[in-house]
Amino acid sequence: MKNQDFEFLAGLLKDKSGLMLTPDKVYLLESRLTPLARKRGLDTLDALVMKLRTSRDDSLIKDVTEAMTTNESFFFRDNTPFDIFKNHVLPAMEKARTTKRLRIWCAAASTGQEPYSLAILLKEQWAKWQNWNIEIVGTDICTQVLEKAKAGAYSQFEVQRGLPIQMLIKYFKQEGDVWRINDDIKNMVKYRPFNLLDSFGMLGSFDVIYCRNVLIYFDQPTKKDVLERMSNTLAKDGTLFLGAAETVLGITDTLRPVRGQRGMYVPSGGNAEELMGLK
Amino acid sequence: MKLCLVVDDSKVIRKVARRILEELNFEIEEAVDGQDALDACDRNLPDVVLLDWNMPVMDGLEFLKAIRAKDGIEQPVVVFCTTENDMSHIRTAIEAGANEYIMKPFDREIIEAKFTQVGLI
Ligand SMILES: C[S@@+](CC[C@H](N)C(=O)[O-])C[C@H]1O[C@@H](n2cnc3c(N)ncnc32)[C@H](O)[C@@H]1O
Repeated sequence: MKNQDFEFLAGLLKDKSGLMLTPDKVYLLESRLTPLARKRGLDTLDALVMKLRTSRDDSLIKDVTEAMTTNESFFFRDNTPFDIFKNHVLPAMEKARTTKRLRIWCAAASTGQEPYSLAILLKEQWAKWQNWNIEIVGTDICTQVLEKAKAGAYSQFEVQRGLPIQMLIKYFKQEGDVWRINDDIKNMVKYRPFNLLDSFGMLGSFDVIYCRNVLIYFDQPTKKDVLERMSNTLAKDGTLFLGAAETVLGITDTLRPVRGQRGMYVPSGGNAEELMGLK
Repeated sequence: MKLCLVVDDSKVIRKVARRILEELNFEIEEAVDGQDALDACDRNLPDVVLLDWNMPVMDGLEFLKAIRAKDGIEQPVVVFCTTENDMSHIRTAIEAGANEYIMKPFDREIIEAKFTQVGLI
């Protein structure tokens, strides 16, 4: 790929989704965009770049942006953020929210495993929550993965990564090669397309945010911007979970890590440790 | 080091499982059917059994029932690992006392995920 074509694509992607591409990732552009070029009736990646440069084809730009997202996810990924949710966040919220209203946001929901893991944990202690108004909102920039999330249909391989067998039995139905999550879990999660670079205004505020394994693709200023806007939508006693390779340290001081709890972050002013019995 | 008994009538599967589990720091013993596995347990009780279902002589489910019926032993964790991939087999296995269930084909990632779930890693 020509250097200026790389620069052009990298600039476009940074602008549209925050994705930061370094020149060593040329192979990624090639392996993911060449099939897209063919699908669009273009012979080569060069032709695709030419088309992007010369026409403002929004649907093509969208396809390119989506093709460059990495959507890997699995149930109960890394375990700890889900253990903390169950053991500390939920008990604290149960006490603190006398309105019996709880709003949870999975900000890079991908194919749905993360929001469904949270829905399952709530369902496991449903007696406590059945009279609550609980919203789990799953958003992602990529509409294709959201379709899969909405369908709640997973392959044998996918249901074996992270999902305990008891939960497979309890919460899934088998349909041929596909394992489909039960409607009562599916109905607990609302999905909608959303770009983290856009204003969070329309989303409202949240008690818990999972924003995992997406900031790693952004540059420092974008991370800072997203995190600071997230801290504004997060309740004062709310909790943010980031991926294992992500942190707020050195990026923003509006949020701080909770000592001894991997991946857990809270608004800097608050006393989460006390609320959640983590002292 | 934890001891894992790999029970499968296929030599190839035993070899693949052994390689993955050795990388995960398990000591491995092998058995070729349920009866062979029971004998192995009598000699040297494993921490975990990775268990195929369909085998000659004694199948995996019979082995599981036999080992769960034994009193006075430290019951090993049992993880089924079989091509039987329908809900009724899974339920049967769990009701008989299996701790986890792997549907073949498996890879390192699945073994690692399942062994983590049952607290062995
Ligand atoms: C690796 S997945 C993470 C899935 C899940 N949170 C997890 O940790 O398993 C990253 C997701 O972030 C999404 N993404 C990337 N850039 C985004 C953006 N600017 N706005 C919203 N989502 C974005 C991708 O489409 C992808 O589905």
